[in-house]
Amino acid sequence: MAERFTKSMARNIYLGGSAFFVLLFLALTFDTQLRAMPERDNRDQLTEQVVRGKHLWENNNCVGCHSLMGEGAYFAPELANVFDRRGGGDTEVFKAYMNAWMNAMPTNIPGRRQMPNFNLSDEDIEALAAFLEWTSKIDDNNWPPNIEG
Amino acid sequence: MKYESQRVAMPYFIFALILFAGQIVFGLILGLQYVVGDFLFPEIPFNVARMVHTNLLIVWLLFGFMGATYYMVPEEAQTELHSPLLAWILFWVFAAAGTLTILGYLFVDYATLADVTLNKLLPTMGREFLEQPTITKIGIAVVVVAFLYNVGMTALKGRKTVVNIVLMTGLIGLAVLWLFSFYNPSNLATDKYFWWFVVHLWVEGVWELIMGAILAYVLIKLTGVDREVIEKWLYVIIAMALITGIIGTGHHFFWIGPPEYWLWLGSVFSALEPLPFFMMVVFAFNMINRRRRNHPNKAALLWAMGTTVMAFLGAGVWGFLHTLAPVNYYTHGSQITAAHGHMAFYGAYVMIVLTIISYAVPIMRGRPYGNSNTAQIVEMWGFWLMTISMVFITLFLTGAGVLQVWLQRIPESGDAMSFMAGQDQIAIFYWLRFVAGAFFMAGLVVYFGSFFIKGQASPAEEVRGPATADA
Repeated sequence: MAERFTKSMARNIYLGGSAFFVLLFLALTFDTQLRAMPERDNRDQLTEQVVRGKHLWENNNCVGCHSLMGEGAYFAPELANVFDRRGGGDTEVFKAYMNAWMNAMPTNIPGRRQMPNFNLSDEDIEALAAFLEWTSKIDDNNWPPNIEG
Repeated sequence: MKYESQRVAMPYFIFALILFAGQIVFGLILGLQYVVGDFLFPEIPFNVARMVHTNLLIVWLLFGFMGATYYMVPEEAQTELHSPLLAWILFWVFAAAGTLTILGYLFVDYATLADVTLNKLLPTMGREFLEQPTITKIGIAVVVVAFLYNVGMTALKGRKTVVNIVLMTGLIGLAVLWLFSFYNPSNLATDKYFWWFVVHLWVEGVWELIMGAILAYVLIKLTGVDREVIEKWLYVIIAMALITGIIGTGHHFFWIGPPEYWLWLGSVFSALEPLPFFMMVVFAFNMINRRRRNHPNKAALLWAMGTTVMAFLGAGVWGFLHTLAPVNYYTHGSQITAAHGHMAFYGAYVMIVLTIISYAVPIMRGRPYGNSNTAQIVEMWGFWLMTISMVFITLFLTGAGVLQVWLQRIPESGDAMSFMAGQDQIAIFYWLRFVAGAFFMAGLVVYFGSFFIKGQASPAEEVRGPATADA
């Protein structure tokens, strides 16, 4: 670097630049969280049952195999749109599907990837279904590209 | 080693390397489960092995950063550590808490673990990388705060170098951002948004400060280049890291609920995120070209060069490959993400910790000029085996990812292949990745072997070259 570019100039770019972008990031966060998200995240449908479903999702570490809105592990299918893929967008159909699926695990087919049985009650499975249905309705800029997730 | 208290870094480095070995063992288990789906099922399901693999990585890197800090701060500040005793106590607390948490993952059903650790009082578990029981999270916070107190007091009482200031800034940022791991709102979209405050702002933000400080320190020691020059570079690099990386967080906000302006902001700023890593490459090679001494510890020099190149490739190039929103729309959450994650973590953070270990451990073992020639050659074999294996792991995962996107993401609904059908089609890439992983393990064994070779480099091997005109 040219000698005219001094260490204190470099330090000022660091301090000024990072301060500016921290503030910009905070402003954007306020805009995103306070103005934009209420319109997009379907929060008026966030029932007790959905919250219970989220805790079940977390307490059984579902994200350790599956992805949800593309985040998580890539060992098992994406589940943010499983309500549409397996339930055809119908609440009752999806609940029935989830109940059958969760109780059929593990398949124990030799050599195939196995999903544990989490011993969930029927109410638990309904809550989990409600959580996944709610998640499928978040406006996520039309991701994933197709039904397969 | 100029100050006796620097020696407290040793247990941190040793424990970090032990956990590193554990991480790789579980990586191999995971790699095999990708192709032999029921391997170790139901004893160690995939989600458990993955949690162990990723959490061991995070914890051993933290041990490495702490060891680096305990080694560097006293020497830079030119004073003994504030309290070596506190550093030892924190070591045992952190090691015990980390070990117990990993054993909990392995031997207790996760839902039961959540139950017995009273997760319902403050639910924070079950989110990727933040799977630790809330009590462990609190423990990490307490350990980090006490650690910051200890090194902060040391840094404040002595000479205030840019290396120390940048390192401390990075560590304080790490601690502050960790607080977001305790925020877990019931609205998933909000949860995900702030989850990235820990994950992204750590690895694409404050951790780059820590990496930059360690790199600068090692280059000062190995090249003898004037501190003023190195400090100027360090400021420019971390300026670029934060200027691009903070708004670059937006590349994670594309598909999880936030509004569309993030598609633009995230794409533009994260496309610039390779810059600080590119500058680190230029920085390291430039300083080495302008060196005023030929330090006999050539292995440490190799790690220092290697970490910049691999971080640029893994974090920079492989990050850029899928960071633009129109590309990411198809690649998000595919094996391409996994490819990037592996090389970025290895290149930037694993290798910077191994750099400081390679430099500092021989000195702490009473070999001020480095290990014997034989030991260094073995260490370099470890370097090349692990690094080349990681390149292949990344290439195979990229191949898997491209095919996955082609089969599962690009066709219209109805024509697209289902996730599991697609996974069967790309199994060959997973097998190859597993083989590359086994070579990585072999490299790790060779690397460990280098620690058991006796002897040291002699001062006579240090040839001081003529100072260049501009140095």
